[in-house]
Amino acid sequence: MAAAGPSVFLLMVNGQVESAQFPEYDDLYCKYCFVYGQDWAPTAGLEEGISQITCKSQDVRRALVWNFPIDITFKSTNPYGWPQIVLSVYGPDVFGNDVIRGYGVAHVPLSPGSTSVCENICFRHKRTIPMFVPESTSKLQKFTSWFMGRRPEYTDPKVVAQGEGREVTRVRSQGFVTLLFNVVTKDMRKLGYDTGPPDTHGILGPSPPQGLPR
Amino acid sequence: MNPQEEKVKIITEEFVENDEDADVGRQKTSRVQRRKRKKQLPTAGPDEMVSEKSHLGDQQEPGHEDPNADARPLSMPTRRGPRSLPPIPSASRTGFAEFSMRERMREKLQAARSKAESALLQEIPTPRPRRLRSPSEKELETEFGTEPGGKIQTTQQEDDSQSYSRVKFRDSVRKIKSKTPDEEELLDDKDAVDFLLGLDRGAEDIVAVRPADYESVHIRLQKEKELLFIPSRRTVPTYKKLPENVQPRFLEDEGLYIGARLEVPRTNQNIMENRLLMQEPGRRWFGDDGRILALPNPIKPFPSRPLVLSQEQDIKAELETLYKKAVKYVHRSQHMIGSGDPPGNFQLDIDISGLIFTHHPCFSREHVLAAKLAQLYDQYLARRQRNKAKFLTDKLQALRNAVQMSLNPAKTPKSLDTTRRAINEYKSEIRQTRKLRDIEQEKDRTLLKTIIKVWKEMKSLREFQRFTNTPLKLVLRKEKVDQKADEEAYEAEVQAEISELLEEHREEYEQRMDEYRSAHQQWKAWKKAQRTKKKKKKQGVEEHPDDEMEEPYPGEDPVKPVPPEPTNQAVIEQEVRERAAQSRRRPGEPMLVPELSLAGSVTPNDQCPRVEVLRREDVKRRSVYLKVLFNDKEVSRTNSRPLGADFRVHFGQIFNLQIVNWPESLTLQVYETVGHSGTTLLAEVFLPIPETTVVTGRAPLEEVEFSSNQHVTLDHEGVGSGVPFSFEADGSNQLTLMTSGKVSNSVSWAIGENGIPLIPPLSQQNIGFRSALKRADAISSIGTSGLTDMKKLAKWAAESKLDPNDPNNAPLMQLILVATSGESYVPDFFRLEQLQQEFNFVSDEELNRSKRFRLLRLRSQEVPEFRNYKQIPVYDREIMEKVFQDYEKRLRDRNVIETKDHIDTHRAIVAKYLQQVRESVINRFLIAKHHFLLADLIVEEEVPNISILGLRLFKLAEQKRPLRPRRKGRKKVTAQNLSDGDIKLLVNIIRAYDIPVRKPITSKFQQPPRSSRTFSEKQAASPTTHSPTHSADYPLSQVLVRPFVEVSFQRTICHTTTADGPNPSWNEELELPFRAPNGNYSTTSLQSVKDDVFINIFDEVLYDVLEDDRERASGIHTRIERHWLGCVKIPFSTIYFQAKIDGTFKIDTPPVLLGYSKEQSVVAERGFDPVRSLSEGSYITLFITMEPQLVPGESVREKFDSQEDEKLLQATEKFQAECALKFPNRQCLTTVIDISGKTVFITRYLKPLNPPQELLNAYPNNPQATAELVARYVSLIPFLPDTVSFAGICDLWSTSDQFLDLLAGDEEEHAVLLCNYFLSLGKKAWLMMGNAIPEGPTAYVLTREQSHYLIWNPCSGHFYGQFDTFCPLKSVGCLIGPDNIWFNIQRHDSPLRINFDITKPKLWKSFFSRSLPYPGLSSVQPEELIYQRTDKAAAAELQDRIEKILKEKIMDWRPRHLTRWNRYCTSTLRHFLPLLERSQGEDVEDDHRAELLKQLGDYRFSGFPLHMPYSELKPLIEAVYSTGVHNIDVPNVEFALAVYIHPYPKNVLSVWIYVASLIRNR
Repeated sequence: MAAAGPSVFLLMVNGQVESAQFPEYDDLYCKYCFVYGQDWAPTAGLEEGISQITCKSQDVRRALVWNFPIDITFKSTNPYGWPQIVLSVYGPDVFGNDVIRGYGVAHVPLSPGSTSVCENICFRHKRTIPMFVPESTSKLQKFTSWFMGRRPEYTDPKVVAQGEGREVTRVRSQGFVTLLFNVVTKDMRKLGYDTGPPDTHGILGPSPPQGLPR
Repeated sequence: MNPQEEKVKIITEEFVENDEDADVGRQKTSRVQRRKRKKQLPTAGPDEMVSEKSHLGDQQEPGHEDPNADARPLSMPTRRGPRSLPPIPSASRTGFAEFSMRERMREKLQAARSKAESALLQEIPTPRPRRLRSPSEKELETEFGTEPGGKIQTTQQEDDSQSYSRVKFRDSVRKIKSKTPDEEELLDDKDAVDFLLGLDRGAEDIVAVRPADYESVHIRLQKEKELLFIPSRRTVPTYKKLPENVQPRFLEDEGLYIGARLEVPRTNQNIMENRLLMQEPGRRWFGDDGRILALPNPIKPFPSRPLVLSQEQDIKAELETLYKKAVKYVHRSQHMIGSGDPPGNFQLDIDISGLIFTHHPCFSREHVLAAKLAQLYDQYLARRQRNKAKFLTDKLQALRNAVQMSLNPAKTPKSLDTTRRAINEYKSEIRQTRKLRDIEQEKDRTLLKTIIKVWKEMKSLREFQRFTNTPLKLVLRKEKVDQKADEEAYEAEVQAEISELLEEHREEYEQRMDEYRSAHQQWKAWKKAQRTKKKKKKQGVEEHPDDEMEEPYPGEDPVKPVPPEPTNQAVIEQEVRERAAQSRRRPGEPMLVPELSLAGSVTPNDQCPRVEVLRREDVKRRSVYLKVLFNDKEVSRTNSRPLGADFRVHFGQIFNLQIVNWPESLTLQVYETVGHSGTTLLAEVFLPIPETTVVTGRAPLEEVEFSSNQHVTLDHEGVGSGVPFSFEADGSNQLTLMTSGKVSNSVSWAIGENGIPLIPPLSQQNIGFRSALKRADAISSIGTSGLTDMKKLAKWAAESKLDPNDPNNAPLMQLILVATSGESYVPDFFRLEQLQQEFNFVSDEELNRSKRFRLLRLRSQEVPEFRNYKQIPVYDREIMEKVFQDYEKRLRDRNVIETKDHIDTHRAIVAKYLQQVRESVINRFLIAKHHFLLADLIVEEEVPNISILGLRLFKLAEQKRPLRPRRKGRKKVTAQNLSDGDIKLLVNIIRAYDIPVRKPITSKFQQPPRSSRTFSEKQAASPTTHSPTHSADYPLSQVLVRPFVEVSFQRTICHTTTADGPNPSWNEELELPFRAPNGNYSTTSLQSVKDDVFINIFDEVLYDVLEDDRERASGIHTRIERHWLGCVKIPFSTIYFQAKIDGTFKIDTPPVLLGYSKEQSVVAERGFDPVRSLSEGSYITLFITMEPQLVPGESVREKFDSQEDEKLLQATEKFQAECALKFPNRQCLTTVIDISGKTVFITRYLKPLNPPQELLNAYPNNPQATAELVARYVSLIPFLPDTVSFAGICDLWSTSDQFLDLLAGDEEEHAVLLCNYFLSLGKKAWLMMGNAIPEGPTAYVLTREQSHYLIWNPCSGHFYGQFDTFCPLKSVGCLIGPDNIWFNIQRHDSPLRINFDITKPKLWKSFFSRSLPYPGLSSVQPEELIYQRTDKAAAAELQDRIEKILKEKIMDWRPRHLTRWNRYCTSTLRHFLPLLERSQGEDVEDDHRAELLKQLGDYRFSGFPLHMPYSELKPLIEAVYSTGVHNIDVPNVEFALAVYIHPYPKNVLSVWIYVASLIRNR
């Protein structure tokens, strides 16, 4: 192994689905899942998760806080198809039906690094994702869907991570979800992929990047 | 100081005076105000008019601030006016005037205030009456007169007054209240007072109404004159348009090419010219000839349009878009060699219009001369048409003019140097042109002379021989010329020439003189030097004796130059005149115009000498025809036509050559027939193959010359060929002529129906290189081709001085430009992404070399093998070579037809073809897959209608636990989050009926008579009669059969427990895991699963193998054998699409099952089910489903194009919608998709088609047997479901001939063919669309016999009565006849319960009815089917090969055992198989068994014949394997295997395989 050099690189992501801003809604929960390319495989951790229901804070921020942890490790041979996290937020409507409140997607940060809580250092991997929901095709359907609590939904939340076929849909934006990521990569430099900022401290790569496979 | 400034000052002063004069207080106030405002206006700035408010603000405040800020406003430039207003006088200058004005104003204000205050309250609401206002207005006008500022002011005033009247009150109040402190600071005390009174003043001053302005016509005209420019229509004199001192130059006269100008009316041109001259003094809009440049400059290297535009246009020009009609891709002709091959797709039209002999052996002398004359005359005509002499003369004239012009120094502003150079050039050109012209003129003259000479010869010949052979007649027409003018022109020409020559000579002379002078000077100098040197020498010898050595002596003494001789004018003149006399028409001499006509009369035969008559007769006997040879093969020939007396032959025939290959040669052979003696090949004419651009209708007639080298001597007047003859009486001056002539023809490419030239594709041109070269070759565009020597060409072009302006030469000029600019080749194409290289990730080589990149690329291209490849390794070294092996093999195999797997080449080709169709459909599907609909992405509830809402309400009141619960549909799972092991196939095996039972174990003492008895029984084959006989043999206690069921699916095998008896009941559920290919559970992937579920029924037989009877007490030693009884095969795709399969299926049992027999007796005696006992065969009841239920994929939403009438298509849609509304579950088919992907109306498929004659001949008197045989024939065509091959995408219908060519198809094709056969047999037959078990939606055939209906299963060949309970067809959707479609609108759809009388509109809804009559659609089927007899020898060979392969396979499957073959048994079986075929596998069992027993004696048998249509080898092997015959591992087992293939017409093969295992009974 050591002699041959690594044949995969690893990407460890942890963090949390921290909070959300949905000014009009309350009692929301959130699901997340990862979408990744064919060359990727999760090696550890949960690919999907569903959070608790949270109520709005009583202060001015009116934040919906989940603090729902994400922890997953991928291995891959190819950066193509870099993992994306797909979020979907649900909550009850007026009649108590569980309806979709927003879909959103974000790529897992490319560069390694952690979120710092210190004020001075930038929040490198804090992501605020705008959320959206598909719109009904007509006014009448909008009414019936509201009335019956069966709002339009994506057949698969993973649709939001793909570009194909989106042109047939119409969406409305619905609020924000804030995510925090800490990313650790392994062997990416050895395989010739340089994503991070220049290594400032310490361990410089023992060898120059090996370049692409030859 | 500007005078205008003064004026302003004066005006202001006048104004002041006027103010004093005016005595109406209010008016005064307002006027003062106005005046102030006039000054103030500039301050308002440009935004004054923008909004009312700002305007008001501006208006009022300045009014108050005025005294302080007087200088400021004036220093601003005035806002409006046609010209900029005079600059401001300085503050100091106006100071006095302003001051006095202010003083007066104040007084007036004081006076007016009281009045105003009283008036205000009344007057505010209404505008001030008009008449009050008018006097002041008039004043204003008179005062300001034409001063523009006045006008503005008035309008301004009006605006103001209006707005003021609206808001004045409010505004003023607000002003007072909310004055900002800043503003207040600016106000001095007086203004403050004013300001406080602002309210009043504002009120007064606003209410201003004024009459409409009037301007006198004169003033207006004057103003207009200043403002407007009306270009004159008169012609602009040329000198204005050209640079000064330049004469217009007319390029056209100089012989240069000028394109045709657009027609523009003269007046418009003049207007434009005038305008241009007015606007821009620069004369760049005018050309050298003083006209507007209307044409693009042809030699300009870049476009003259503005850049932005030109870019767009450039791109368009370079990416030239050509309209090409869509071409229908012909699948079949490429891969198929069926009967229905369309003839050649490409067509070459050869039009042979006629033949003219320019020499023929039968020519008389006169003919020879006539031919010569005709030729000369043609030449003359051609020359006259070109008229080069005239052209050159004109050119010469133009050049002379040019020289004259440039010689005139007054008119040429160019530098002297260029002028001189130009003159020199002109002169050399003049010289050249003159020379050319002289040559041309001389040629013309000689030609004319020759014509006359030949004509004279001919005349003399005619006189001499006293008869005329040719109608040729030459008339010389004289054209009178004006003698004087002619002479003058002649003289002028001569003079001009002389002067030019003189000048030339003089120049030459001068040049020579110069040379001479310099040479002379040199010589003199040398002489002098020589002399001084000599002198020096004399002195130097004494002083410096060695100086002598240093003195260089020139090698030789320069010769004294001789002065050149001056030119002699007389000599030159002499020369010129001589030449003119020689080559030119003499002045005054009439112009001769020869005219050749055929008006002469030919001497009739009786007046001719005998030899001539002989000749004429000989000519009459001759006839000529042409053969057309294509690629050295004769393809057609013209009619034979007699040779006319004028040696012309008219054919006028057009040959359409339908070709497949690119033509290599095209030859015409000229044959001559003399009488009846025979034909001789006169000559071969090679025709050029037309360029691809030459298409029929555009090809000109061309004359191709030919000549032959045959020698013919004739004994009559004819001169012969290749033989010397003479015109002279003494035989001198001999001539030898060869037979020659011209064929006028045209060769062109035909144009197809849709306007596409029928030209073979470029790739097919085996000499594609040449054509490709031609395409890139610029020279080809000017007519020549194949020139490659660029340098030579460039040299030639330079020498010939091509006119660069002529667009005809443009490609050539470009080429030369390129060729001369340093050998670099500038491509004539536009390269997209020329920077691609910079953006390339790695070089192409590396990309190709790297296995990883290759893998990645293949995956992204969705190549099936790699579509779901996961985790492509990082390094090449980790990628195994074998990853690509399959893919590469497939690629390689695509073109190679492999006969190894297929044995039969025809099947191999078909398989390849199917593969290709499949690929193309799949590709189409892949594209469609990336096309999403909203429903694919978003789940949205449908808008509920009343019924759903009602149902919902109803549901609320529903019982929680109903007494009779109804089955609820399971929730369907969309296949996406599934993985291996999630899906299970549930097979519920309930029971079976009529399983064959074992024959009693054949004992050693088997009596031969029994067999004979059964044989006799067979004659009266009827189940009721022969069954009871056996029952006596079986002891009741004996176990008849112990069947169990084994289900195998995807190499997983499950089996039930063993039950007893022929009617076992298992009621067991077997669970088999389902694994999707590549772990891909997407719909498409599931659809393409080809696996079958095999349900095999076996009999478990226990054999006691205990060797020693003594051990029987202590141990049991038995061997379990299983004997295959039959099988049911259900494709997974059926289960997938049906979601569940529930019913009783017929077990596919072999016709003969050795050791077993059907045991009907027991059943019949017990007599439970009379209906069932009637039917033969065994049945099994099954329930198959999947857990969880999957959503079957939808078919492709692709609208296929169609050639059907739009109305018809709409009607079909309507019909289908109506039907679906009423009975959504019933299948209604109106249009289908044919194999080329077009929508076709379904009835077009039905048409009587002849079955093979062979089948009709089999039972000439028995229509029922014939029908069965035909059904059997159809069922023998292999079955290939579309759903598997096209993955549920669409159902393609092929026509019957395609089906027979392909020898594969699904139910529809079988049904269509069968239905067509029945129609042709005279039956009433319909295609029946419905649901069957286990196929699902399928097509059957319904026929009407005398009194009842029969339902035919086209794939098995079986037929059922309408009331047969075992009929697999369970529901009927619609019936389709050749001219109509009937949809079932009865309550029930089971064939048992419906009425098939289609004439009843209440039961059957017909598509074509009175409202929409049947339009008489033509059929897509062929006229008739052509059957080739199948090669018997090939079938026999195939039979042997299959047998060999199967034997090898069985041995392979038994690796641990020895496989013995019982040859004796094999040969017995082989004899038996044809018998089976003949009886179609019915009721031969007993006979057969007896036979076998008789032959073999003491053996225990287990075996059966398998029968299947032949498609490939693999299914045969599978079938044999699935029976498990090879599984017997008794040590002394022997095997027998026989194969028989019965060939039916058109390569339909019926395969019988007999496998048996034999165990010798001890």
